[in-house]
Amino acid sequence: MTQTLALTGNEAGAAAMRQINPDVVAAYPITPQTELMHAFSKFVADGKVKTELILVESEHSAMSACIGSASAGARTMTATSANGLALMWEVVYIAASLRIPMVMPVVNRALSGPINIHCDHSDTMGCRDSGWLQLFSENSQEAYDNVIQAMRIAEHKDVLLPVMVTWDGFIISHTTERVEILDDGTVKKFIGEYTPERPLLDTDNPVTIGPLDLSDYFFEHKRQQVDGVNNAYQVIKDIGKEYGKLSGRSYGLVEEYQTDDAEMIAVALGSTAGTIKAVVDRLRREGMKVGLLKIRSFRPFPFADVASILRKAKAIAVFDRSIAYGSMGGPLFGEIRSALYGEKEQPPALNYVYGLGGRDINTAQIEGVYQDLEKAIKTNKYQTIKYLGVRE
Amino acid sequence: MKGYKEIPLGGKIIEAGNAEKYETGSWRTYRPIWDKEKCKNCLLCWIYCPDSSIILKDGKMVGQDYRFCKGCGICARECPFQAIEMKPESEYKK
Ligand code: SF4
Ligand code: SF4
Repeated sequence: MTQTLALTGNEAGAAAMRQINPDVVAAYPITPQTELMHAFSKFVADGKVKTELILVESEHSAMSACIGSASAGARTMTATSANGLALMWEVVYIAASLRIPMVMPVVNRALSGPINIHCDHSDTMGCRDSGWLQLFSENSQEAYDNVIQAMRIAEHKDVLLPVMVTWDGFIISHTTERVEILDDGTVKKFIGEYTPERPLLDTDNPVTIGPLDLSDYFFEHKRQQVDGVNNAYQVIKDIGKEYGKLSGRSYGLVEEYQTDDAEMIAVALGSTAGTIKAVVDRLRREGMKVGLLKIRSFRPFPFADVASILRKAKAIAVFDRSIAYGSMGGPLFGEIRSALYGEKEQPPALNYVYGLGGRDINTAQIEGVYQDLEKAIKTNKYQTIKYLGVRE
Repeated sequence: MKGYKEIPLGGKIIEAGNAEKYETGSWRTYRPIWDKEKCKNCLLCWIYCPDSSIILKDGKMVGQDYRFCKGCGICARECPFQAIEMKPESEYKK
């Protein structure tokens, strides 16, 4: 039976991990992921899962152990944040290029320095080109839902790739919210038995994993990865729909909020999408035609969906919770502008870099952004990149 | 050579022993030259060769397999009877 509980994002993630009951979890604590692994290791200690929990000496070892166990044929998970993810770096790429299906919650935190433990997206944006899939969550419920779906997506035969599920550090990870937890049996059935592709432990069919791959075949393996990530587009849609049937919450790669007739559309990732929804509701009551396009899947990036939604708008505001230094705006802005290139209609797109190192973003600031868009439409003059909430 | 759709994902090698299809002889810059007269058939070279490139016939050393020999020089170094000498490959390749 579905239960409604008061859970933090990390507790919701741990609940999903308990229901997935992975064969192996290897992890190292780092704020703000630590409470996720606290909660999960309690499930291990209490015998609620059959997981072999490997407590390693660093994140580099965590990811390495995960690659080993997944290669052996075990359903594998880990979790990290910020500098932990940075320490995993080289093995994060190796996991994707070896086509290792696994799921890793990344509780978003600013990548040092200066040292900071609060939320921004610089950690996961740093590995947007690692070949992992990346799903962002708006709240604790989505953190739970995304972790469960991610396991299916990762293991799908057309994909076979690792998936990062992200949620905003503290804002989601440590905030208690209402979360619906599905029945254990329902999740077990949804996830299904795992049949690994050519596992190392299948001694009747010997396999070598991770051999030297020089100029004669390396490029072909990279090209395969492109297909794997792109195939995930349809797989994420199908699994999001299937999940909707059993939970009442369907998922796509994007979520539209009041975009149908919207002249001004904000684009955002993570918890800020929720704050923007509140602003949209308020401004709609005042008659402003505003909407929100929430990006759930950053990798693969749903270019076609984004273009078809945004080309109808008169102005767009893109919220980036990280910087791409020396680039044309933040990472999300680059994707959005790229999605619109080639469209006949190219509405003005404004970039707002905000919330770095956990700096709050409030509804008044978001209202100000929609007012900027109004001005941009009227005057056709605007500042392309703004740093929202920084002291000048 | 095969296209990206025809090969196993992620560089996996799913056929045991297929290193035989990957000829590494072209990597060689020095070639081991075996002197039959000095050889006592102790087979130390056969034990040490990392590329299984010492050819045996009826349990006796008969020469090196130049399709795979990478020219590492281990056999020459280990031979207790100096029966193998490393010579520049350029003297043999035209
Ligand atoms: S040179 Fe090296 S690879 Fe060649 S036969 Fe001798 S030991 Fe083997
Ligand atoms: S090590 Fe020298 S003596 Fe022994 S078998 Fe090889 S070549 Fe002959």
